[in-house]
Amino acid sequence: MKKFIANAYLWTLLTLVYAPIAIIFIFSFTEAKVLGTWTGFSTNLFTNLFEGAGGAELNNAIYYTLLIALIAATVSTLLGSLAAVGIYNMRARMKRVTIFLNSIPMINPDIITGISIFMLFVFLGISRGLLTIVLSHIAFCTPYVVLCVMPRLAKMNPNIYEAALDLGANPLQAFRRVLLPELWPGMISGFILSVTLSIDDFAVTLFTKGSSSIDTLSTYIYADARKGGLTPELRPLSALIFLTVLILLLVINYRAKNKKS
Amino acid sequence: MMKKLLNFIGRRDRWAWPHIAVMLFLVVLPLILIMGYAFTDAEGSFTLHNFVKFFTNSDAVNTFVYSLGIALMTTMICILLGYPAAYFMAGKQFSTPKVMAMLFILPMWINVLLRTLATVALFDFLHIALDEKALMFGMVYDFLPFMIYPIYNTLQKMDNSLPEAAADLGASPLKVFLRVTLPLSMPGVKSGIIMVFMPTISTFAIAELLTQNNIKLFGTVIQENVNNGLLNYGAALSLIMLVIIAITSFGGEKDNESSQLF
Repeated sequence: MKKFIANAYLWTLLTLVYAPIAIIFIFSFTEAKVLGTWTGFSTNLFTNLFEGAGGAELNNAIYYTLLIALIAATVSTLLGSLAAVGIYNMRARMKRVTIFLNSIPMINPDIITGISIFMLFVFLGISRGLLTIVLSHIAFCTPYVVLCVMPRLAKMNPNIYEAALDLGANPLQAFRRVLLPELWPGMISGFILSVTLSIDDFAVTLFTKGSSSIDTLSTYIYADARKGGLTPELRPLSALIFLTVLILLLVINYRAKNKKS
Repeated sequence: MMKKLLNFIGRRDRWAWPHIAVMLFLVVLPLILIMGYAFTDAEGSFTLHNFVKFFTNSDAVNTFVYSLGIALMTTMICILLGYPAAYFMAGKQFSTPKVMAMLFILPMWINVLLRTLATVALFDFLHIALDEKALMFGMVYDFLPFMIYPIYNTLQKMDNSLPEAAADLGASPLKVFLRVTLPLSMPGVKSGIIMVFMPTISTFAIAELLTQNNIKLFGTVIQENVNNGLLNYGAALSLIMLVIIAITSFGGEKDNESSQLF
């Protein structure tokens, strides 16, 4: 009985949580302008999405989303991994200060991060565009990389790096041969997390893109949704994004499981 | 030269310097600028006018109080709906909790705008008016996973022998829950509150989309002022929001372990 109630509650909640997604999914296979009317099965919305009038804009948005995510994630992974090693080797007080500094972007709400960086660029007279978006993404991604890499350092034997130095390796060699292999899994997690955060971001991008014509997927969706409610093409787009996320998560999960066994 | 460089990077605590520099430039300096703009006028001289303008404008204050109310209500509903879900999932006696947990977490990875638009579509489909209730339930939809996840994590890591011991010593199931399980799960609830309250109080686009711009929240007011070039007033409003955020995050220190995604 208890089990029945638990399962009934969980499945009801799940159904509610997934209802919007399901509706979007189903109605991306019909052409009706208004959601909720079914005018027969069709995949036209999917083809329209990439070839129709707005196709070029959407393709551009996807291109910029990926470009920004990859650059920001790469730089963040480098900065964050080095910082993790640095923090690990700091004295207590400096360590506390740096960890606090590192946590600010994670506590800050998106809108504050966005507005504050926007003010920085206005103050310095830097015109906004691709560079400012990438810089802002690096600012909020790097702290998460630090958090991903730190546990790897805590687990590793601190003496092997010193041993490599004692045996005649210079710091660069010791880094490449000893530290890097140990930190690699944490760096990969940090990179993937950064890519996800960057793709997911909306508020910070909106404030740092300015009036430039650069749009990421989220700002494109926002602009489109503001223009005319929910345009039909957003349905297949959402459906595709849901599917991509689902597959990505399954892959990550599968990887995690393989590693354990 | 090369030797000097190698010597320099030989001290590993210096490896954090580039990151510290980036944080100072892109995080600390911008926050200082918010403060600077908030306490100055367009010409750059010191003034409290921006704050006076906010506190004497009943519209702005009302929006602020209203947003606080909506965020608190959303957080409450998320706890009421999310706690049982996390509790049931963490219970060892129930089937397939792993898959369940993943299904609840999955929406967290989908862009919040898309989820909001999907919710708007659902309300449209069911002919539900896009009003205050829609706004609240839309936000509950958006943020419920962020409440379930940390609570589930804490409950799952909890030592099961504690409630069992309480039961063995004669406590009724209700008492076991109230005196043992609930207090032990509080770190997760705290994390959940922060993870739900922070985004709901600072949201701007979500309210706009969920109510077709009929209801304005504090975040939207900030965004509009900044967009219209009223930087000083916008900065003052941002500072007020930062105070709220600071109070929440220091009041309930976020439990990092329960909210860690990786």
